[in-house]
Order: sequence, then structure tokens, then C-alpha cells
Amino acid sequence: MKLEVHTWPATYGEQAQPRMGFFTDTSICIGCKACEVACKEWNHVPMQLQGFTGNSYDNSVDLGADRWRHVAFVEQRLPADATDGGSLVQIAERGAAIDAGVQTYQEGDGVRWLMASDVCKHCTDAACLEVCPTGSLFRTEFGTVVVQEDVCNGCGYCVPACPFGVLDKREDDGRVWKCTLCYDRLRDDQEPACAQACPTNSIQFGELDELRERADRRLARLRDAGQDQARLYLADEDNGIHGAGAFFLLLDEPEVYGLPPDPVDTVRDLGSIWAAAGAAALALGAGLAAAVLGGRG
Amino acid sequence: MTAGASYHGQPVIKAPVWTWQIPWYFFTGGVAGASAGLGYLCELRGDDALARRAWAAAMAGICVSPALLIADLGRPQRFLNMLRMFKVTSPMSVGTWILQGSAASTAIAAAHAWFGLFPRLARVAAPAAALLGLPLSTYTAALVTNTAVPVWHEARRTLPFVFGAGAGLSAGAAALIGADPATAAPARRLALGGAAMELATTTLMHRGLGEHGRPYSQGRCKHFDQAASGFLAVGSALLAARGSRSRTAAAAGGVLLLAGAVSTRWSVFAAGRQSAADPHAVIDPQRAGIARGERIGGARTEPVARDAAAPAGPAS
Amino acid sequence: MGSNMAEQHPVGFQWVIEAKERGAKVIHVDPRFTRTSAMADRHVSIRAGTDIAFLGGVINYVLAHRRWFTDYVRHYTNGPVILKPEFRDTEDEAGFFSGWNPDDGLYGIDTWGYDGTGGETAGGKTEQTADVSGDQSQGAHGMDLEGGEPPHYDDTMEHERCVLQVLTRHFARYTPEAVADICGCAPEDVVAVAEAMAENSGRERTSAVVYAVGWTQHTVGVQNIRAASILQLLLGNIGRPGGGILALRGHANIQGSTDIPTLYDILPGYIPMPHPQRNPTLDTFVAENGPATGAWGNLRSYMVSLLKAWWGEAATEDNDYCFGHLPRVDGDHSHYAMMLRMLDGGVQGMLCVGQNPAVGSANSGLMRAALAKLDWLVVRDFQPTETALFWRDSPDHEDGTVTAQGIDTEVFFLPAATHVEKDGSFTNTQRLLQWREKACEPPGDARSETQWIWHLGCIIREKLADSEDPRDRPIRELTWAYPLEGRDAEPDPDAVLAEISGCRADGTYLDSYDDLQDDGSTSCGSWIHCGVYKDGVNQSARKKPGTEQNWIAREWGWAWPKDTRIIYNRASADPDGRPWSERKRYVWWDETSGSWTSLGDGPDFPPTKAPDYDPPRDARGLAAIAGDKPFILHPDGRGWLYSPTGLTDGPLPAHYEPQESPFVNALYGQQQSPTRQTYPRDKNPYHPSDGVAGADVFPFVLSTYRLTEHHTAGSMSRTVSYLAELQPEFFCEVSPQLAAERGLRHGEWATIVSARNAVEARVMVTDRIKPLRVQGRVMHLVGAPYHWGGVGIVTGDSANELLPLSLDSNVHISEYKVSTCDIQAGRRPRGPARVALVDSYRRRAGVRE
Ligand SMILES: Nc1nc2c(c(=O)[nH]1)N[C@H]1C(S)=C(S)[C@@H](COP(=O)(O)OP(=O)(O)OC[C@H]3O[C@@H](n4cnc5c(=O)[nH]c(N)nc54)[C@H](O)[C@@H]3O)O[C@H]1N2
Ligand SMILES: Nc1nc2c(c(=O)[nH]1)N[C@H]1C(S)=C(S)[C@@H](COP(=O)(O)OP(=O)(O)OC[C@H]3O[C@@H](n4cnc5c(=O)[nH]c(N)nc54)[C@H](O)[C@@H]3O)O[C@H]1N2
Ligand code: SF4
Ligand code: SF4
Ligand code: SF4
Ligand code: SF4
Ligand code: SF4
Ligand SMILES: [Mo]
Repeated sequence: MKLEVHTWPATYGEQAQPRMGFFTDTSICIGCKACEVACKEWNHVPMQLQGFTGNSYDNSVDLGADRWRHVAFVEQRLPADATDGGSLVQIAERGAAIDAGVQTYQEGDGVRWLMASDVCKHCTDAACLEVCPTGSLFRTEFGTVVVQEDVCNGCGYCVPACPFGVLDKREDDGRVWKCTLCYDRLRDDQEPACAQACPTNSIQFGELDELRERADRRLARLRDAGQDQARLYLADEDNGIHGAGAFFLLLDEPEVYGLPPDPVDTVRDLGSIWAAAGAAALALGAGLAAAVLGGRG
Repeated sequence: MTAGASYHGQPVIKAPVWTWQIPWYFFTGGVAGASAGLGYLCELRGDDALARRAWAAAMAGICVSPALLIADLGRPQRFLNMLRMFKVTSPMSVGTWILQGSAASTAIAAAHAWFGLFPRLARVAAPAAALLGLPLSTYTAALVTNTAVPVWHEARRTLPFVFGAGAGLSAGAAALIGADPATAAPARRLALGGAAMELATTTLMHRGLGEHGRPYSQGRCKHFDQAASGFLAVGSALLAARGSRSRTAAAAGGVLLLAGAVSTRWSVFAAGRQSAADPHAVIDPQRAGIARGERIGGARTEPVARDAAAPAGPAS
Repeated sequence: MGSNMAEQHPVGFQWVIEAKERGAKVIHVDPRFTRTSAMADRHVSIRAGTDIAFLGGVINYVLAHRRWFTDYVRHYTNGPVILKPEFRDTEDEAGFFSGWNPDDGLYGIDTWGYDGTGGETAGGKTEQTADVSGDQSQGAHGMDLEGGEPPHYDDTMEHERCVLQVLTRHFARYTPEAVADICGCAPEDVVAVAEAMAENSGRERTSAVVYAVGWTQHTVGVQNIRAASILQLLLGNIGRPGGGILALRGHANIQGSTDIPTLYDILPGYIPMPHPQRNPTLDTFVAENGPATGAWGNLRSYMVSLLKAWWGEAATEDNDYCFGHLPRVDGDHSHYAMMLRMLDGGVQGMLCVGQNPAVGSANSGLMRAALAKLDWLVVRDFQPTETALFWRDSPDHEDGTVTAQGIDTEVFFLPAATHVEKDGSFTNTQRLLQWREKACEPPGDARSETQWIWHLGCIIREKLADSEDPRDRPIRELTWAYPLEGRDAEPDPDAVLAEISGCRADGTYLDSYDDLQDDGSTSCGSWIHCGVYKDGVNQSARKKPGTEQNWIAREWGWAWPKDTRIIYNRASADPDGRPWSERKRYVWWDETSGSWTSLGDGPDFPPTKAPDYDPPRDARGLAAIAGDKPFILHPDGRGWLYSPTGLTDGPLPAHYEPQESPFVNALYGQQQSPTRQTYPRDKNPYHPSDGVAGADVFPFVLSTYRLTEHHTAGSMSRTVSYLAELQPEFFCEVSPQLAAERGLRHGEWATIVSARNAVEARVMVTDRIKPLRVQGRVMHLVGAPYHWGGVGIVTGDSANELLPLSLDSNVHISEYKVSTCDIQAGRRPRGPARVALVDSYRRRAGVRE
């Protein structure tokens, strides 16, 4: 059972805008973190000093209240020339050499360094928004999902509801924070700060329809060029969140980047959840009755 | 099973930010909800002494619950924002309204039971409190299962029964403490039945969770879970053996059972944190679902020729 | 090669991505696998300090397989030119070129010239002195050639003394195998890179080489770039769209600060600083420094116009246009030479403006010791830096070797305005000046450099107003009047730019350096910038969007010289003036109009000089450049495969090992560059190289570099919360193999030790660093970003504590990119124990100084 809860864009009537979003093409991300910095500067997100993590060049760890953009760094060993040919035997030999702990470059191990900038997905089915008891989280006229900081009471429900771990509570402030897709800038007809700062256009901002077409063209090109690891993540509507406002081109499985392979909006199961809670309530009633009334006989 | 990739072992989802108030709230809400039912039924049956004890427990529970809830908020002074809307997709919203209703009706019913106040209002309030008490006892399960935390979400069909059983046993156990064993048979039955049910449903839940249930055999969660079983088993045994005779045994049994109910809630709470912190708890089952062909997952490697006119907004 | 473009020039790197999207292949040659390598089609890991060997291998491949662009080489380079019979190559002299003078440690260069030239170069030196290297290494140089033509050349390029043949012999020993054994790469890597370059060059295609300090920061820094120039000239990749050698410059305006220099040995526009004895008059100066032919043939006009710009009315023909007012270079006053003199007590005071030597300069301990010898120090910066605070807090204080009471230097701190708080221009890698407007006023007492230096100048002039002393005349007569504007009485930067651009005596603006006169009728602050204020308009402030013009984007900013976007672009057409190919059409000769025309750029060539123009024997200046010789700055108009003049360390690049190296020079008997500058002394001891006792005490190669997240010495990034948190701690990168060998644990601490000092860093064990097999041994690299110091939100030990001073003699840059070290697991000892640790290493290695 699926409960329909979406009224966007109808709620906005005349003021409804085309749905805006991000296509983050990680194949051209150079890991410069300009997006992270631009986001923080524009949105006055406080510093979050976490020390040296050893997670490759990532010392900001994850998305959270104080990090609305996060660039992931993944170092992988792979056989040299894995992508540009070499016989299968050669590749296998190199692989074996790697496992045996190769000594030097000449002996042919290669590395791959993936970088990807992550952000709130602005889900079509946004669990965070749906579970928010105050209506602090709402859907804007651009189809994005935004926290109203003057409404949020810090109940924290949205935090575990998000299947991507995007939201978190800012300790000293008590409220939750996340990417607003630069709602203020959008209303001024400006591009979000992160996208504007991105030197390589890895972060592409625009109308979602257009971005999805662009992404498919890009995927086709990469696949033609032999990049058979390329994939689009959340570009479609047939997944557990019914598509995302921010979707990605990845070069490996989503989990490699810290993304869930099959995110599902928890509210999809709301029917069974309420049904079970209701049944349990009735069972409790029956139990009470049995205990109190049934004892007579 | 921690094979497969994750991002530097970092969690995929965020652990709940809720603090100690919340498992206690699960408990007090259950006590309040089921006690209201017990009180009302006892009144119906004419067992006023037991009814008064139950209403007292309900009253205590319903007073503490909102306090706990508010204390857990990041911005407690904004509690009233909860009342801006009623959202069926948000068990917390639904629960807040249930809690309001319960609080009001329980207060009136209790006032009547103890002091004979508001007799007319109480005629409506007592059954209302009893009725609202039922979802008050189980909605908290809906609250936690309606999240992305695997160990919670995957228990969505069973956890409400664990909480319901726990509420029942708590109400029974609470009413037993200090009561005359001779007149407390219904409470004893409720406590014993509830305890049995909680043990049974918990086992069922663990089984049903399968791979997802790993937290229950690890860390803090495991300790709470073992403590719960222990408290419940010993409490039940004591109650069954001597509860109908000894006031002290009944009280001790009641306390043990209450401790069991609290421990269960803490184990569920801790399970959520542990599950959320483990990237594989999130990734592996999702991956497995895709591997089994049940789901297609979020990624696609094949380009599709897209119909340019296809809408990209929500389907509705 | 030698740059980590994605990390250090991320904004520029977008164009590499763009090119890649259009089918370009990107190759990254770097000791480490970096964010640039991650985006490259191929990454080749080589041992730091072996680029000449690698490039030599590529050049050898191109020569041996006759893959050079024949027509281009024959007409546009000095490949056919015949050299003097006395010239001896490194082949013949065991790693030295002819002219080596072991007593001075210098080359006499009179054998390096073209056959038939007089032995004298226009640079004026038969024997160089590294002390006064300025006019050799920078700016004008060349030789006097009649009619701009080398006396002897062989267009078949078969004469055994012609440059191409000399080159072929010189690079013959750089075989793929020999190179691989030096660099630690595979022989196939050399061949693959050479093939890729050759395949992608010629009429239809061009390749570009991009470098930065991975090449320059070596004792052979300049020759690294020379090697690339040779390759690019052989392949015909200079002066053509998509080709070139791009120096990625450092600080936002480092290009601007060499064009209008902050360097001690050149004047604006790369005019050499006069020599005290040899250049008593303007005439002798011009005779010595200006070759008669080519664009430098008009040196006198450039110089007189410059003198007019600086001394205005006071500069007259009678007083040699105040030529005598110019300072003279009487020795090496480069940064490190000055710091060493300071250490010896020879410098009383220092204005430290926009620099942080206590962290940014090699051998920071020596730098601090030198600062402590000053009477006074003025630091102008945004906040007190490690340099400003060296007297109070430093590693030496921690070690207990100095105390604040023990330092007598009086330190003044002046707050500076940032680049967003002042108007001005930045000049980028492409010589493009881009004007930027002030966004806000500087806070508090912070002022711009212009404001400060101008007012300082006024105060000094006021004090000297009544002075009769001739030595005060240069200051008293200086043109120093600019319109003032704004809150802080700031000299109008537009007026400064206009002065740089130049005008005629009647005040009308000049269009280009062709207009400059040597009779005092024009004034111009920098000849290469002449025209930047053409028509009274700030041309560098043009900002027409790229979407509104073609890709050359001529109306965005202004590029010196003459707003030329591709320098030497005459080379984009064949000798007859036709485009080499349709694909690569850029500038070509239009027969009907009798002029050079282009896709939009201006020709970097006299606009109406026909391709078949043959200069008369007595021609001078640009008139002496033939119609098919694009390299107009050279006296022969040719691109120099072989540099007969201009360099202190040889006319051709040759592989030498770095000052500190765990390997012997496998190619020549001479281990290190013979002309490198070293300063052995107690505070600057060197490690023994391979083959010398004690070499195994420092068995690993240490290389320092940057991270995107920080800027240079770190006072602009460690103090900014959003950057500080991104790379919070000093770390070193090591391979899993080295980690295993030394018990280093990922995420924990390591102590890196040299004979200079010991520092601690967090350990990053990564596959991106590879052990290389060199000369049959495994070589390990310890990589260390150099951004940390003691001040800021995040602090840490500084990599420069470890490095010695050893310099390239051409430009006096330090070898930051290679030295040797040892590494141990764990944190370093504190206090005197650190000194003891370093001492024990010194003893074991047998280094006393
Ligand atoms: N984010 C950021 N950008 C900067 C700066 C900064 O501090 N931060 N600094 C600016 C300045 S001042 C400058 S000068 C430029 C410098 O820009 P880059 O030259 O790109 O900077 P580095 O990181 O010092 O060195 C580049 C690379 O050289 C490699 N390398 C070391 N030794 C050798 C060698 O022998 N051969 C080869 N082929 N490669 C070698 C190193 O591994 C490193 O990856 O960057 C400028 N841009
Ligand atoms: N080990 C090692 N050492 C190196 C290098 C290396 O690769 N390895 N690279 C070398 C290179 S290429 C460079 S360029 C140097 C850099 O070394 P430095 O120039 O010593 O270091 P920076 O941190 O760039 O210092 C510039 C200072 O200028 C200040 N500043 C910025 N703008 C202004 C302004 O408008 N006015 C004034 N008054 N101050 C301003 C900044 O706050 C900063 O403190 O480091 C060199 N040192
Ligand atoms: S990614 Fe998470 S926070 Fe963002 S819209 Fe979706 S559910 Fe909400
Ligand atoms: S924490 Fe704030 S935004 Fe999140 S669910 Fe609660 S009220 Fe809504
Ligand atoms: S859209 Fe705005 S708020 Fe969101 S990540 Fe980008 S800069 Fe930050
Ligand atoms: S700004 Fe762009 S290129 Fe840089 S890290 Fe972010 S997404 Fe990647
Ligand atoms: S810091 Fe400035 S100069 Fe350097 S890449 Fe970024 S924008 Fe360009
Ligand atoms: Mo630099």
C-alpha cells in the first residue's frame, strides 16, 4: 500500500516553478572541495574540525548539520590498463601481482581515485519531510525540500528517517540543518553557491527534466568510451524514493561512495506500519479485556 | 557478514539523535496507555480499588511522558509547533495528538476515580482514555519503525506487538505494587500474560529480523536484551509462584517485570543506534534484495532514450 | 609534468577537462598519483628530480625515429645552425660542457655560440659570474648577427656540427631502458609518452606541455623547462593553437610580479639591471644587453621610455635620461643570498611584504636564525604570521635553543589590505592582465601596498626635499604624482596603469611598443605592457563574455605584448604564410591585403612583413627578422633548440642528480649540476649522496608539495575555518611497502628526520605513492605538503624545517622538490631531545656542516 502525500506542485498554483535540481557528474570531479567551502560561506555553516581522519583526502567525514556538501574520496587498487585493454591474462597476472604485494610501479599495479560531491537528494518521496511533525520541512515551489529554521523544534525525527543520512542536529543549536538547494538564491534567480563554485561543472544545476536528458547522454558517451563502470544513480523514478532532485553519475557501486544501493522512503511502508500498530493496539485491548474480564469464569 | 564495500566504514544513515528520555518515554507511554485501559475495565467490573491504582499509574505515566518528550527536543520551547498540523505520515505528529487526548481524558478519569470529580465528563473521558491508551501504547513502535533504521524498519510488523505486550505487562505490574494480592488477580494476569507475550513477540521479532537483527546480539543492545529476558523470567516466576499470596513477592515481581519492560525498550532503542552506525546493516540487505532480483535499486548502468516530454516531477 | 594542475590550478583545470571531453588525451608524469593523475588518461610515476632523463628519452625517441616536424624545425628553429668547432658536449667532457672553469665553479660560454659569431654574446659575457647572473639569466640576451642571420647553417640539417646533429648525439644515450633505470618507470612508459606526443603533433595536431614547480624547484629547474622547449620545437608545437609550454604560475599575480618585477636583477619587461662597472652609460648598457636584431634591437627605446616614465622632466638627453639613477646589481641579491647575508650580520632591516619565510622558505631554522640577526623587521600581512612572531614562538623556542629575551630584533606589524579590498590587475599564466575592482574598503588600519608605499615615498621625499646630496637625486626627481582617491588617499591605480602603458610627450596614449622612441619623446613604464591603456581606456578591464565573441576572446582582458593571445603565432602558418592545416588555422598571410590576418588574434609579427621578406645585411631591430622567422625576440628569429646564450649551466639540458640523492648519476661522471649553488655551513648541512659514506642514513627521497585545501605557507588558509577543517593536520604520504618496512601505521604518527631538523606528521599510507625500482634497487618516496606552521586554527610542524638550501644558478630557486630523509614511526621527541636526535643522525651520516 502506498499513501499519496504529494501535492506539489499543485499547492503553489500560479507560483509553481519547474522542478530544479542537481546532476552531479562525478567522472569530472577533481575533489577540490570548492563546493563544500562555497556552501559553508554562503550559508554561514559553522566550522566542524574533526582532525585527520586518514580517509584519503576526506577530513569532513559525512553530510550533517554542519556539512551540506561533502566530497568523498575513494582510493582503489586496480590492474593497470584495466580500462585500456591488455589481454585478460595480463590483467589477471597484474591482479595476482597486486595481491602478492607488488614492489614497484614497473610491475604494474594501478590505482583509481574516485571523488564525488554528495548532497541532500531532494527526494521526490522525501521521508524527512513526511515524518516532520511540525511542518518545518516543506517542499518549495521549485520542488526542493527545505527546513524552516524558525519552525523546527529539534524533535530529531527526520534524522533517522532520511535513507541517506543527510540531516543531523546541530548540538549547540538544537535544530536540524541541511542543504536548502540555496532556496534564497533560487528565489533571486541565482545558481546555488556550490554549483557556481564548481570549476569543472561536475555539479550541474538546472531543470530536472533537462538534467536527466543530459545525464543520459553523458552516460551513453562514457559507456561508448568503454567506461563500463559508469552508472546513473537516482536519475529515474522507479526507485524507492521515486527519483531525486539531486542525482549522480557514479563510476562504481553507490555504497563505495557511502550511498545506499537501494534507498527506500520509509513512508512507503506506512500502511503496514499503521496496520501493525493498530492491530497491536487492538491486541492490547483484547489482552486487557481478557485479563480483567476473563478471570471470572 | 561485512563483506562488500562501504565508504571508509562510515555509516550510511544517521543514528537517531534521541537521548535517554526516549526509551523512558516508550515505557511511560505504555504504562499510561495500558493503565488507562486497565482502570476503565476494572471500573466496569466494579473493582474500584484496582481501578484507582491503575488510574494513578496512568496519571503518573501521562504526566511524565510529555515532560520526557519535551526534554528531548532540541528547542523545547517550540514544543507547541507539534500542534501546527496533524500528519498521518508522521507517527510523531499522530502520537502527539493521541498524547494530548490521552492526557486530557486520563486526567479527568483519574480525578473522578480518586476524588469523584467531574462525574459527567468522566463518563466520556474514562472510555476515551482507555481507548486512546491503546494506540498510545503502540504508536511509539510506528514512530521508530517509520525510519530508515533497518533494525527498526524491518521490525515494523512485530515491534508494535512487543510494545503493546510491554504496555500491558507494565500496567499490570504497576498496579500490583503495593496492592493486596487478593484483589489484584486481574493485574497479575495482565502482568503475567503481558510478560509472556513480550517474551514471545520479542523472540518473534528477532527471528523475523534475521540478518537485520544483528544488533540484538551485539554491544549494549545485547546486554539490555539479556537483562530484559532475565527480569521478565524471574519476575514472572516469582509472581506466578508467590504473587497471589505475598504482597512483597507481588511487589518484587512487579518491579522486576517493570525493569524487564524498561530493558526491552532500551534494547530496542540501542538496536536502532547500532544498526544505523553499521554501514553494512544498511547496505548488505539492500544489495541482497537487488541480487535476488526483488528490487532494481537506485542505480542504472544502461542509458535509456528518454522521452523528452516525460514529466520529471512527482507522479501525483 | 611537474605540476599538479587539478589540485593547484583547479579553475584552469576546467579547460583540461573540457579538452578531454573533446577527445584530448591527458598524460600526467609525477612521482605521486594525485588528483590530476586521477583525471588523466595515463599516469607515469617517475623518481623526483629525473625529468630531464625522462624528457631526454622522449626527445631521443623523436629524433631517432625521425618524428620531428621537418618543415617547422628547418625554418623556424636553429636546428640547421652550425655551431663553433670548439664547442664540446657533455658526451666529450664527462658530463661537462666546454668552458668549465673549476676554480670559479662557472662556465665561460664563448665556445657555445654559433659558428662565425665573435664569441661575444650580446649579453656581454665571455665569462659568467654567478654573482652577477642577472643579465645572463633573465631578459635580453643573444648575439650580434648580421642581418639577423646565423653565419653558417645547413638546411639539410646534416652537417655534423649543426644543432640538430648535436642534439641527436647529445640525447642518444637517453634510451628508454637507460631512462627507465634512472626514473624508475617502465621503458614502455617513455615510448608511450613519446609516441603519444609525436602522434598528436604535426600539421594537423598540436600538443601542449604544462608545468609548474615540480619542474622549477630543482637545481636543474631551468633545464627541465629547456628540455620541454626542445621537444615542443621539434614537434612544431610552439606558436600554434593548442600547443605551447604553459607555466602554471603560483600566487595569483606571480606572473605580473615577474613582468613588472619584484626580482632583484631585472627591470620591467625583463630588461636586465645594469652592471656597476660594465654599464657606466646608457650606450654601453645597450651595446652589451641589446642584440642588434630582433625585438630586443630596440632596447634603447624601451630603456629611454622607462627612464622617462620614472624621472620625467628630469630625464634628458644630456644626462643620459637619468640612466645613472638606476640601481646597479653588484652581486647575488636573490632571496636566499640575502637571507644568508642576514645570517652573517650583513643586513640590518627588512620589509617583509606578502611573504612568510619562516614557513615558506627552505630550511626554516636557518631563516629564523637570520631574522634574529636583524635590527628591525617590518611585516605587512593580514595577521601576524610565523615570520612576524618568530621572536616569540617557534620550534626553536620549543626546543629551548632560543628565548624571546635573546632576540633583539624589533618587529613591526602592519596590517595589509587583501586583494578584494583594492583595485588592480592580476596577470595569469597566459600573460593576460585582468582588472579587478575593489569589493569593499579594508578594515581598520589595513591599507593597500600602493597606498603604503606611495605615502612612505612621500615621507622620504619630504625628508630629502632640501638635500643637495647627489645620491638623493634619484628619489627627489622621481615622478611620484598620482591622483588620490577614496577614504585613504589611495593613488589611483588606473593612473599607474596608464603610466605603465605609456604616452607621448603631448600626453597622447601609445598603442604598442613599436611606437617607443629612444629620443625621450615617449615614456613607458614597461615596454611589454605598452598599449594596455591604449586610447585612454583600461584595456585589461574589458570583460565581454565569451559567449559574445569567438574562442580567442580578444575582448576579455589584455595580454602582453600587444594584446597577443598566442605568442610567436607567426609559427601557426607555414614558411609561405599559409596555415599548416585547415584544422590548425590561426594566423596567416593574406596576399590581397598584403598583411597578416587571423581568426581574431593579432599577429605577433610585423603586420605587413611578407613571408618572403629577406632582410638586408645592415638591418637592425625587427627589420632584421626575415618573413619566415617567427621568434622575433631572438636575434635570429628562430626558436632555440640549442641555447647559445642565456643560461649559466649549459646550452642543452643534461641529467644530473639532485643535490641529495640515493643514487649515482648513471649517465655522466658528474653527479650533480656543476653550477648549482650550495651553501655548506653548520645550519645548512647536506646529506651524502649515493656512493659516499653515510648515504644510507637518509635512504629515502623526500618531496614537498601543495594541497588544494591550503595555500603555500598556510597563513591564508590555516587561519580560515572553512579551509582549516579540510586538511587539519600535517601529514606525510608513504607507500604500503615503506610503511611495512618502517612500521608506520596509517593515521598514526611518524617522525621525518634530516640533518637540518626532525618533524612529526600523521601517516597516510596510500597506494598513490609507489616504490620505484631504480638502478636495481627499490626507492621509497616520502611525500609531504609544506603548508603547516605554528600560527592559525590548525597548526603543525613545517616541512621546510627539513630542507637544505641548494639552488639553480640561473634563477636561484631552491630544490624544494627533492632531498633525502629518514622516517620512523611515532611522534618526535620534544625539547632538547629533538636536537639530540638530529645530532645523532648527523654523526651517523658523518655530516658536520
Ligand atoms: N590550492 C593551492 N593552489 C596553489 C598553491 C597552493 O599552495 N595551494 N600555490 C600556488 C603556487 S605559489 C604555485 S608555485 C603553484 C605550484 O603548483 P604545482 O607545481 O602544481 O605545485 P606542487 O604541489 O608544489 O608540485 C606539483 C607536483 O610536482 C610533483 N613533483 C615533485 N617533484 C617532481 C619531479 O621531480 N618531477 C615531476 N614531474 N614532478 C614532481 C609533486 O608530486 C606535485 O604533485 O600552485 C599555486 N596554486
Ligand atoms: N618545501 C617547499 N617550500 C616551498 C615550496 C614548495 O613547493 N615546497 N614552494 C615555494 C613557492 S612556489 C612559493 S610561491 C613560496 C611561497 O612562500 P611565501 O610567499 O613565503 O608564503 P605565503 O604563505 O604565500 O606568503 C604570502 C603572505 O602574503 C600575505 N598576503 C597575501 N596577499 C597580500 C597582500 O595583498 N598584501 C600583503 N602585504 N600581504 C599579502 C599572506 O597572508 C601570506 O602570509 O613557498 C615556497 N616554498
Ligand atoms: S535526501 Fe534525506 S534529507 Fe534530503 S530530501 Fe531526501 S530524505 Fe530528505
Ligand atoms: S527536527 Fe525539525 S525538521 Fe526534523 S522532523 Fe523535527 S521539526 Fe521537523
Ligand atoms: S545548494 Fe546551496 S545549500 Fe545546498 S549544498 Fe549547494 S550551496 Fe549548499
Ligand atoms: S567543486 Fe566540483 S570539482 Fe570541486 S569537489 Fe566539488 S564537485 Fe568536485
Ligand atoms: S584560488 Fe583563485 S587563482 Fe587559484 S585556482 Fe582558485 S580562483 Fe584560481
Ligand atoms: Mo609559487
